Amino acid sequence: MRVALFLTCVNDTLYPDTGRAVVKLLTRLGVEVDFPMAQTCCGQAHYNTGYRHETEPMARHFSDVFGEYEAIVTPSGSCGAMVRELYPRLGERARAEGRGDGLATALAPVVPKTYELTEFLVDVLGVTDVGAYYPHKVTYHPTCHGLRGLGLGDRPRRLLQAVKGLELAELPGAEECCGFGGTFSVKNSDVSAAMGADKVRNAESTGAEVLCAADNSCLMHIGGTMSRLKVDMRPVHIAEILASTEEEPAA
Amino acid sequence: MSGTFVGMPAFPKAAHEAVNNPTLRGNLRHATHTIRAKREKAVAEVSDWAELREAGKRIKDHTLRHLDDYLVQLEESVTAAGGIVHWAADAEEANRIVTELVKATGESEVVKVKSMATQEIGLNEALEEAGIRAYETDLAELIVQLGKDRPSHILVPAIHRNRGEIRDIFEREMSEWGRPAPQGLTDTPAELAEAARLHLREKFLRAKVGISGANFMVAETGTLVVVESEGNGRMCLTLPETLISVVGIEKIVPTWQDLEVFLQTLPRSSTAERMNPYTSTWTGTTDGDGPKTFHLVLLDNGRTDTLADEVGRQALRCIRCSACLNVCPVYERAGGHAYGSVYPGPIGAILSPQLRGTTSEIDASLPYASSLCGACYEVCPVAIDIPEVLVHLRERVVQGGEVTREGNKVVLKPAKGHAAERAAMRAARWAFARPGAVRAGQRLASRTRRLHPRRLPLPGPGKAWSETRDLPPVPAEPFRDWWQRTQGSAK
Repeated sequence: MRVALFLTCVNDTLYPDTGRAVVKLLTRLGVEVDFPMAQTCCGQAHYNTGYRHETEPMARHFSDVFGEYEAIVTPSGSCGAMVRELYPRLGERARAEGRGDGLATALAPVVPKTYELTEFLVDVLGVTDVGAYYPHKVTYHPTCHGLRGLGLGDRPRRLLQAVKGLELAELPGAEECCGFGGTFSVKNSDVSAAMGADKVRNAESTGAEVLCAADNSCLMHIGGTMSRLKVDMRPVHIAEILASTEEEPAA
Repeated sequence: MSGTFVGMPAFPKAAHEAVNNPTLRGNLRHATHTIRAKREKAVAEVSDWAELREAGKRIKDHTLRHLDDYLVQLEESVTAAGGIVHWAADAEEANRIVTELVKATGESEVVKVKSMATQEIGLNEALEEAGIRAYETDLAELIVQLGKDRPSHILVPAIHRNRGEIRDIFEREMSEWGRPAPQGLTDTPAELAEAARLHLREKFLRAKVGISGANFMVAETGTLVVVESEGNGRMCLTLPETLISVVGIEKIVPTWQDLEVFLQTLPRSSTAERMNPYTSTWTGTTDGDGPKTFHLVLLDNGRTDTLADEVGRQALRCIRCSACLNVCPVYERAGGHAYGSVYPGPIGAILSPQLRGTTSEIDASLPYASSLCGACYEVCPVAIDIPEVLVHLRERVVQGGEVTREGNKVVLKPAKGHAAERAAMRAARWAFARPGAVRAGQRLASRTRRLHPRRLPLPGPGKAWSETRDLPPVPAEPFRDWWQRTQGSAK
């Protein structure tokens, strides 16, 4: 099976380790991974901040770049939800504005074949034990767009539970938003920071070394809060845990 | 007490104070977490909750689609049952109608059932100007009124107060309004409730005019419905000689059978009860039983304009249960007052900018008062996709465009204060259409990475971020460079 890695602009620029982990993990599971070099950004930040018309050319670009692949895999719940949930809405709105079916038709092919990483592993590859080894105490934060947008359910937890050496600690208030919310984090920074601090305190109370999530944007906010509050924990993307093996353990 | 919130600052500024008030944070956290857990349990008991939610949504959508017909039907039914129907296009007209109706009775005081519609139009203040005193009789509304405060929650408007604060308010203020608080009042719930009971009882027995809203109006029979927990509403609905009900036009349901759905979903969503303790229904007037005169004031006040918006109109399905407030992490930390409206929380953030327009500072800021986490949509018993409407209203703020105001199509200009953001978004869109430009930017960031601070002192988004969070370090090379060096060139 040959899939396209839609890494996301944030991961490409700031978290290349997550991208390398996805490549390593999928390759280990027998998947041929391609990274289309023309990919840029899905337009989520534009759309969610109110710039829907600015988002349209970005969505078209995404569809041009990824349209030919069998499957598109992304290590981001929110960017995955952008394509799956909101691209159809972009098309509907354009139609409602009397601009015809052009946008809806252009975006339609990529919608059903875009998968968030854990979804792809569990639903498409049918694996929960990916042969990973990660000898650490970990707590898992389900990010909002993965949880409520894509309906990831217990897939990430099942994957983590199957990791050798990993001790999974229950996160109190797990399903509460961490407070990132894209531009919300700077437009309403006081509330965002208060939510982030509560999330970090809850994570700290588990005694885990690592807070794991399936979205680096949320982890950037949580991790930035952790280091400012001098909490002795680190944020780690689930791909990096699942890619780690006894032969090649993650740092 | 002010229900109008004139001159409110923008949401982030108002929230700043609430976030830094530890008593308020504690009160809100305790109250919202308690009701949140109870609601979850009450909803989980119902095996067909998803179907009820869908049915509620459909009934409301159908009614809104044919609202003109149902309003006429309702007017006919209410009139046939002996009631008198008035139409109010806006708050001012509704206040004028009610004030004149009260004046015509010769009374100078009224008792009130808890009502969001009368809060929305600032009725108490309008009556006060006309020399009429309005007594709030819902326990929490009484606390708010006595405390010269504003409501901060739809269902429990004094949620921002704890028992000690309530005791102090009763002791200090009750004598101004009527029967004083008993000597040596403590903060136990039973004693506080008894103090309120004694204080209110004399008002129920004396009042000649009652004012209410309604949770539902049944078009087929002209019946109004109020659901409540205390029984104080029923006192106001049955004891006075004249009853005046002010109700938003979206509160109609076509038939009694439709009530079946909402009388299940509303109590479980709001107070986490299987059934609310008091459900009062009245149809016009009945000789020898209850009020002799009944007036219904049908309130528009921005609702028809909201209905004209294809995306935003779903907000009119709202049955004011407050489940979205109780589950909202932003509401929990910012508190209800920050929303600058009698409708706080997620529903307020989509309702106020539609009913009032997006031109004021607070209304233009409300669509951003959300991290779009989606918890509100998940619990909404009529499936209002609040995040969808929030994003839609953000678009209205930054891009402007055609909207309906007071029945007329008008073209809004983009709101002020978004010029830099708009330019940045355009620039980003330009770059994201050019992978080469993205790569050049990434490389520049990587090469200068040792120069990047983890805090940014200049005002703007960088400072807003780095005041409480470290910036992430920039890696030595972006992923795409690594890919090209390794896997990319290997193929």
